[in-house]
Amino acid sequence: MNQTGPSLKRYAITRIALVVPMVFILLTLVFLLMRVAPGNPVSAALGGHAPPAVIKAISHQLGYDKPVYVQYGHYLGQIIRGNFGTTISDRRSVGSIILVNGAATLELTFFAMLVALVVGTLVGLVSGRFRDSPLDTGGRLFGIVVYATPVFFLGLLAQLVFGVWLNWLPTSDQASPITQALMQTHTNIYVLDAIIDGNWSALKDIVEHLILPATTLGIVYGGVFIRLIRVNVIRTLKEDYIEAARARGINERSVVYRHAFRNALVPVITVIGLQLALLLGGAILTETTFNWPGIGHELYVYLQNRDYAAVQGIVVVFALVVVAASIVIDFANAFIDPRVRY
Amino acid sequence: MAATAAVRLHRRTLGIRRAFGPIADARGMARGMLWTGAGITLVFVLLAIFAPLLSPYSFDQYEVGHHRFAQLGHPGHGHILGTTVQSTDVLSRIVWGAQTELEVVALALAFGLVVGVPLGLIAGYFGGPLDRGAVLFMDAMFAFPPLLLAIVIAFLLGSSVSSGVLVAAVAITITYVPQYFRVVRNHVISVREEPYVEAARALGAKPFTILRRYVFFNVVQNVPVIATLNAADAVLTLTALGFLGYGVQPTQGAEWGYDVSRAVSDAASGIWWTGLFPGLAIVLLVTGLTLLGEGLNETINPVLRRRSIRKVDFAAPSLEPASEILEP
Repeated sequence: MNQTGPSLKRYAITRIALVVPMVFILLTLVFLLMRVAPGNPVSAALGGHAPPAVIKAISHQLGYDKPVYVQYGHYLGQIIRGNFGTTISDRRSVGSIILVNGAATLELTFFAMLVALVVGTLVGLVSGRFRDSPLDTGGRLFGIVVYATPVFFLGLLAQLVFGVWLNWLPTSDQASPITQALMQTHTNIYVLDAIIDGNWSALKDIVEHLILPATTLGIVYGGVFIRLIRVNVIRTLKEDYIEAARARGINERSVVYRHAFRNALVPVITVIGLQLALLLGGAILTETTFNWPGIGHELYVYLQNRDYAAVQGIVVVFALVVVAASIVIDFANAFIDPRVRY
Repeated sequence: MAATAAVRLHRRTLGIRRAFGPIADARGMARGMLWTGAGITLVFVLLAIFAPLLSPYSFDQYEVGHHRFAQLGHPGHGHILGTTVQSTDVLSRIVWGAQTELEVVALALAFGLVVGVPLGLIAGYFGGPLDRGAVLFMDAMFAFPPLLLAIVIAFLLGSSVSSGVLVAAVAITITYVPQYFRVVRNHVISVREEPYVEAARALGAKPFTILRRYVFFNVVQNVPVIATLNAADAVLTLTALGFLGYGVQPTQGAEWGYDVSRAVSDAASGIWWTGLFPGLAIVLLVTGLTLLGEGLNETINPVLRRRSIRKVDFAAPSLEPASEILEP
């Protein structure tokens, strides 16, 4: 037991050291991509109609008139200091976009992940437990169809059915204008803010706005969990220790629920990390469909405005979040499963 | 000479028969998925090929003679699936859309294979700093949410490349290259140490001969499965690009994702046919491709394969029903 401490530490150091060159390549890649694009970023962001003198002045102010390698050095230096740049079109710092709109994305993806886990675990466990039964076929087909459904299409259907026809739930924005005007912001995460203030009518409004987007995104991403958990349950039920548990006369119910299911759920942690990249991609579409003011929605708006600086900053942040999540997941795995460490 | 030719032909067909053997042997759900998937995919391929004959109108046609179609016309009345806000026929856009989707996906798959497979072969076989560099680079690419990468590429290419099909195909390719690379490379690394590769090396075969004759065919077996599953994914990426307004532009062709994006504003007033039908087309095509890929995976991949084997009871003459299946 004494050895687990140092070896986990060593694993952590190696793992982080390996990430450094990767992040460097990633940052360089984004920078190059944005510079390879033809045209002056400033004139593009200003709509291409600004007079040359204005473009020149702004280019100078933002450093776009310097040689590319100077810009590159400056860019890396700023990112190390935690400054992801300033948008050209409306001069917001990318950091503030992350804080304000990132909170909305976090709220959406967190609840979507909950929905995905619940749907995925339930269907996956049942499918795997009753392999090759009609239940399994149904579960697998559900998984495939759900995977095949674009999140924006499911969102559209949800808007039609629950928003327009049944008129149960709102179909756009994060809260109604009145709630937004009356609310105080502490964390920018609306659900938390409302709870902190004990403002229950606002919370009701916020949750109503959250249901459709989060469920839409969650159901679509539950598809991956269904598949994974089903295969895991099938594999676990074949393991020797399950056989051993049965041989010891433990009843089938408890073999399945206590021994098989628990072990089948361990790899889900890894997939949550891998899923994050997909979930963020899905968030861009969900936010656009439901007019949800998250980072994905902002990215979409800045792309429309051809604001290269904003796009560059947001893309870098997205990629860093995914990298950071993968490290956290690897640590969690190493912590849970001693075999992972090397 | 004729005899050797015959033997050669026999050998060749043997290879084909061996390759297709598992497909004929497939049973149960794998068989069902395989054939359903193949059927659905075939329908869309036929739609795409015969779009000019099958489609009642052109994808951007909004009038016949000088008679303009109704705006947002209900399904029925000469337009079985209704019309859009631009008066175009929903059915025609779906049929022509099949062509766009399959064109882009075929291009993207071809690009991805042409770039990813050789890179994986070379990096995996030669190893060393080249391999390490390539792996690092591909891992960095992997850190991007694939859709985000595709959007950025499509955004950057959009202003300089006029063909939307090409823009979308390249954007999708870039997100899949790391996947092909990874699968091929990892497989090559295990195949590299096999005795037959070592034997070839001992005989003095050049590295590229070894790669071409011994490694390649052992490694590419996994590729059809990945390619089919990626095709399903590629359709989703393409429609997502279209939904956000990137890739195939409305003047260049019909694209289902774009149609759904236009339908979001219709939905607020309860108009369902402009979004429902193109959306269902996406779901159906992706389901078809996924079923095909999963079916192939279960029949080709020996780990997942389940063949029907009769249970043999050595003690007594078998009285068990023939349908009894042994677990593999």
